[in-house]
Amino acid sequence: MSRWLVAPILIPMLTGVLCLLAVRRPRLNRWISVTGAALELAAAVALLAAVRSQGTLVLQVGGWPAPFGITLVADLLSAFLLAAACLLAFTLSIYSLASIGAQLESFAYHTLYHFLIMGVSGAFLTGDLFNLYVWFEVMLMASFVLMALGGERGQMEGAIKYVTLNLLASAFFLAALGILYGLVGTLNLADLAVKIGGVTERQPQGMLMAVALLLLVAFGIKSAVFPLFFWLPASYHTPPAAVSALFSGLLTKVGVYSLIRVFTILFVQNPDLTHNLILWISIPTMVTGVLGAVAQNQFRRVLSFHIISQIGYMILGLGLFTPLGLAGAIYFTAHNMIAKTNLFLVSGVVERLQGSQWLSRLGGLYVTQPLLAGLFLVPALSLAGLPPLSGFFAKLSLIQASFDARQYLAGGVAVAVSLFTLLSMMKLWNEAFWKPRAEDAPADAELPDRARWLVPIALLSLVTLAMGLGANWFYSLALDAGHQLMNPNNYILAVMGGQP
Amino acid sequence: MEILLAIVIGALYAAAVYMLLRRGIVKLLIGLSLLSHAANLLIFTAAGLTRGGPPLVALEGQASTLPQADPLPQALILTAIVISFAVTAFALALAYRVYYTTGSGDMDDLQQSDIS
Repeated sequence: MSRWLVAPILIPMLTGVLCLLAVRRPRLNRWISVTGAALELAAAVALLAAVRSQGTLVLQVGGWPAPFGITLVADLLSAFLLAAACLLAFTLSIYSLASIGAQLESFAYHTLYHFLIMGVSGAFLTGDLFNLYVWFEVMLMASFVLMALGGERGQMEGAIKYVTLNLLASAFFLAALGILYGLVGTLNLADLAVKIGGVTERQPQGMLMAVALLLLVAFGIKSAVFPLFFWLPASYHTPPAAVSALFSGLLTKVGVYSLIRVFTILFVQNPDLTHNLILWISIPTMVTGVLGAVAQNQFRRVLSFHIISQIGYMILGLGLFTPLGLAGAIYFTAHNMIAKTNLFLVSGVVERLQGSQWLSRLGGLYVTQPLLAGLFLVPALSLAGLPPLSGFFAKLSLIQASFDARQYLAGGVAVAVSLFTLLSMMKLWNEAFWKPRAEDAPADAELPDRARWLVPIALLSLVTLAMGLGANWFYSLALDAGHQLMNPNNYILAVMGGQP
Repeated sequence: MEILLAIVIGALYAAAVYMLLRRGIVKLLIGLSLLSHAANLLIFTAAGLTRGGPPLVALEGQASTLPQADPLPQALILTAIVISFAVTAFALALAYRVYYTTGSGDMDDLQQSDIS
């Protein structure tokens, strides 16, 4: 089975290449794209099932034993997030057919799309820090082009900021890797985890903590935590809705995944410093994100600020550094990937119907599009944390974990921020769906290919419902993943093959 | 040698930050590429400098008289250089597009999409 670990990386690569070959034949191109995404989803779900039943899977690429070769590892955290990412990739590939348009497709949109998925899968599966850097760059390169594809003025402005801040983060990451290699002499995660203890005995912890904080800054920029988030609301609303949705679902979450990975297996020597810092960062991240959202008047900008607020919840779970906290963080990440992406998809439909993202120019959609309105409510209420949707259980476990860890302030803030999230979701509902539209506004545009617009939204809404109604199954999965992360010995044994 | 390289790396970081803080897009890109050079040299230095030692292991039975360099940091740097080369090429094309679309190379003029 472990041979198939490479499938989630190979399938999008081959799909991307085939899409490039078929770029002049739009119909074929679309078929390849959707089929490839479906295969990718099947591979990821099979991988999750295998990891669930057989434990951590490891593939030493080329047969070189760790720590010399390239290692691919799938534990529950990787497999769970990979499955969520591939679900998004599949639904978005259908949505793209309707929303992207022939011109962008002729600029090899589908190829870039699948290369981005390849980068994300690689980042989730790699067991080596330098490889993580390389997968980050694969993902970023594809995202840079997707961000700028189309070449409108807003996109250009957004792209410059996005590219600059992400390259800056990459430079920090690379510098941290250099120093870490100088200290420990390896970059394989499992090998590092074994040898890093020796470093703290030989020399003071200063250098190691410097590396930890450099990585915190690098991944912090990528996952948009306070006070490093400014690039996100300045760029995420500019590209087409399908691209915004893809970015919001995948890119920042890979940053969060890297934070969780690095701060559970490597830098656990001094949790008073590192994890407390993460905890204290999470509080202003939640608050500034949600307050920023309240002040916005554009559909997608409101959602962009909410991404930041919810990143705060995810790293709150990491900062608590208990199995329950990590389980909450993982469950929240998966819930958020699906619900937030879904809201971006709705924003794309709204923009197509009424030609604007400005809330003041929208309205009356509850009357004209009752189905869309119903579908909007599921992810919106889930994001705000209303039972029985997935967001409720995610927030419940995080808040319970913070009270268990006696972090009453963090738990209290998480509750209060939920209320503000509800306020913002109600604002979107009132402005876009409930209030009558201005009388001089033009009539709603037609929605050709209705199924391609609405089926992805319905699918993701169903998953949100399922994650809420079947919370027991998903939550026990997340809890197992949390326990796995708190006991990295299994991971190390699986990778190093029993020899320390 | 380490001290000299440390000074060079420090100067490169300082120059990169200075260029990043300026308003012109081209200067920003120069800053970014200086930053990646600084990071590459940092890997090179932090991993340990070995003078005159090839990264080759002698045949068994022959004791090597030369110190051996670690080949891994060089491989890492090579990868990082290729990546930064590609990214810089893209960023230059993007800068041209930005100038073409907005008619300005000044970062302060790129705030139209930020108005809320």
